[in-house]
Amino acid sequence: MTEIREVSFEEFKHLVSDRAIKGDTMLLNMGPQHPSTHGVLRLLLELDGEIVVNCIPDIGFLHTGIEKNMETKTYQKAEVMTDRLDYLNPIGNNLAYCLAVEKLCDLDVPPRAQVIRVLLAELTRMASHLIWLGTSALDLGAMSVFLYTMREREMLLDIFELCSGQRMMTTYVRPGGLWRDVPVEFVPAVEQFLKIIPAKINEYESLLHDNPLFIERTRGIGVIKADECIQWGVTGPILRAGGMAYDLRKARPYSGYEQFDFDIPTRQEGDVYARYEIRMAELRESSKIVRQALDKLPGGEIRSNNRKFIPPPRSEIGTSMEALIHHFKLWTEGFTPPVGSVYVATESPRGELGVFLESDGTPKPHRVHYHTPSFANLQIMPLLTRGHFIADVVGIIASIDIILGDADR
Amino acid sequence: MGIEQKAGDLGLVTTTLEQAVNWARTSSMWPMLFGLACCAIEMMAAQASSYDMSRFGMELMRASPRQSDLMIVAGRVSRKMAPVLRNLYDQMPSPKWVIAMGDCAACGGVFNNYAVVQGVDEIVPVDVYVAGCPPRPEGLIHGIVTLHEKVKKEQIKDWA
Amino acid sequence: MKIPFETLTKNLFDEFGATPQEFRGEVSYLIPAETLVALVTRLRDVYGFNMLIDITAVDYWPKIAPRFHMVYHFLDMSSNQIACIRVPIDGQASSLSSISGVYINATWYEREIWDMFGLRFDGNPDMRRILMPHDWEGYPLRKDYPLGYEEVEYSFNFSEIDLKKLHGKE
Repeated sequence: MTEIREVSFEEFKHLVSDRAIKGDTMLLNMGPQHPSTHGVLRLLLELDGEIVVNCIPDIGFLHTGIEKNMETKTYQKAEVMTDRLDYLNPIGNNLAYCLAVEKLCDLDVPPRAQVIRVLLAELTRMASHLIWLGTSALDLGAMSVFLYTMREREMLLDIFELCSGQRMMTTYVRPGGLWRDVPVEFVPAVEQFLKIIPAKINEYESLLHDNPLFIERTRGIGVIKADECIQWGVTGPILRAGGMAYDLRKARPYSGYEQFDFDIPTRQEGDVYARYEIRMAELRESSKIVRQALDKLPGGEIRSNNRKFIPPPRSEIGTSMEALIHHFKLWTEGFTPPVGSVYVATESPRGELGVFLESDGTPKPHRVHYHTPSFANLQIMPLLTRGHFIADVVGIIASIDIILGDADR
Repeated sequence: MGIEQKAGDLGLVTTTLEQAVNWARTSSMWPMLFGLACCAIEMMAAQASSYDMSRFGMELMRASPRQSDLMIVAGRVSRKMAPVLRNLYDQMPSPKWVIAMGDCAACGGVFNNYAVVQGVDEIVPVDVYVAGCPPRPEGLIHGIVTLHEKVKKEQIKDWA
Repeated sequence: MKIPFETLTKNLFDEFGATPQEFRGEVSYLIPAETLVALVTRLRDVYGFNMLIDITAVDYWPKIAPRFHMVYHFLDMSSNQIACIRVPIDGQASSLSSISGVYINATWYEREIWDMFGLRFDGNPDMRRILMPHDWEGYPLRKDYPLGYEEVEYSFNFSEIDLKKLHGKE
């Protein structure tokens, strides 16, 4: 396990062109540890001078066995592992899993919980796009944008910490609703964030939008149009930058998204610059949705009352016998959903995040499979990098916005 | 061994030399970029403007192991990544230190299964463990300050 | 094109022998393994399911026949319908024809299933492991593959476990 194994050339001879075998082109390893690969991604580049002839991605360096590990834990305990898949969108992962469990067990979610779920999902989308903006600009040379976006992201992490006690891996969205109600300081904190964020987004744009260096490095690079995206199964901002207005929040709405009014930004060029513009527009759309969610926040309960699946509040345990029995059953054995399988898809900042959940009548899931956008989107890497320079490869990886925890699971 | 044997116990000279060298080492220890998973995001947050790590001498993170002193293993190490980690550790010139940041690097964390190395100290010797999932940036800075204190206690007979 | 599910179900049953199952509003079709590529081509060309969302597999060990169920999800983007196809496979005859000729993005999904479950696909241009190291033995997501967890160390079993633990050297 701790020795390096020499990989023989025979194993991937079928993937590189004949020129590499003759020695005409060079095979370069853009290794797992690299400042610009956004995680542990290994790219085998076949180079003709500086131009990329072919690019073979090699993933699996962050494979954590989450799917198998979730099969050995009960449904409640397995949710903790879902945060760590796409670690920039932890609430989105929780939401996808909880929607699948709710569909499987036929649980209802109170309206207040649905609106707060939408609010937090959009705030997480903004946090993810802020980090994407910071690290992409950092890769292309603009370091100050990174420092500014991390400063705004700290405000968002403070909001998540207010609700759940944890900055990133919150596990706040639970099956049936939320873990607990938001505290009193939540609404003023979100208001404060919404007040300053439009000016900040304009500030980031002013640094990058008309910057000739940025435009030179991103216009016309890594072009993929909508019909090729559909063939390769690519969703999310890449598909929208290619020209198709497809967003799961509008196409197959979940958690009450149909009540909110927002646009789907699209561009036609399909290059790195178009994806940058789309994500900046999505930042603005998300702040619109958060504003609407804050205005229409209803009162009421925060979690469903179906005691066969949802634990009772601690205050009831001292006085009610049924509450004690339900608490005991849920904590020792867990709840048992009916036999069957569901597939639920949500829109993560990277594309379609879907959960395939199959139950066999026991308290532990029989099979949990995540359809993650980064795994699907990485397949187009050879297509996008053909004919470009090595320096463009960096920009292309940044624009696809992959998270290796998502791809490797 | 080394200087002490040749020069005998010089007392004041060696302790001042120790203090000077340790002060130089702790004041500009450059970490190597080894962010693997979620802890890497908190490491980036610790490097950014709100919790600034350059106050502690870590002005920049070098991507090349040949030019760095400290390896902060941030995130879960999978079985496929383990030989790469050892290779990078071997490429770092001494003196070198290792901080295991986060629960997954310290002990395997939430993931007790076939795919994750249960604690990065199976592969490299670790100096400081920082607990948390992910640890707050203040937690990482506390770990770094602890490492600085540990380095300040190093004596000439350890490295001469 | 928007095709009502009743028509689709009837057509698939008549042409390919697909039995529908319904659960929570989602319909999945069980089909025999030989008809897979033909049915998938029909779905793409005639019924308009233009995107392959996902391929996954479920292991029903210790049940031997069928041991695996391959699950395919297809999406029709114009009408937002999802078609779910399930193919039962036996434990012994673990080989299936690849659909990467029909949907080009099936390559990586089938590689992942080969890596995790050990089911080969004939016709896939690149059959290598994708998530585990190249020389890994075994197929982790099968039910008879152990989780591989490490014994938790308490004070009463500290000495046995600590002696056997590996430690990295300088």
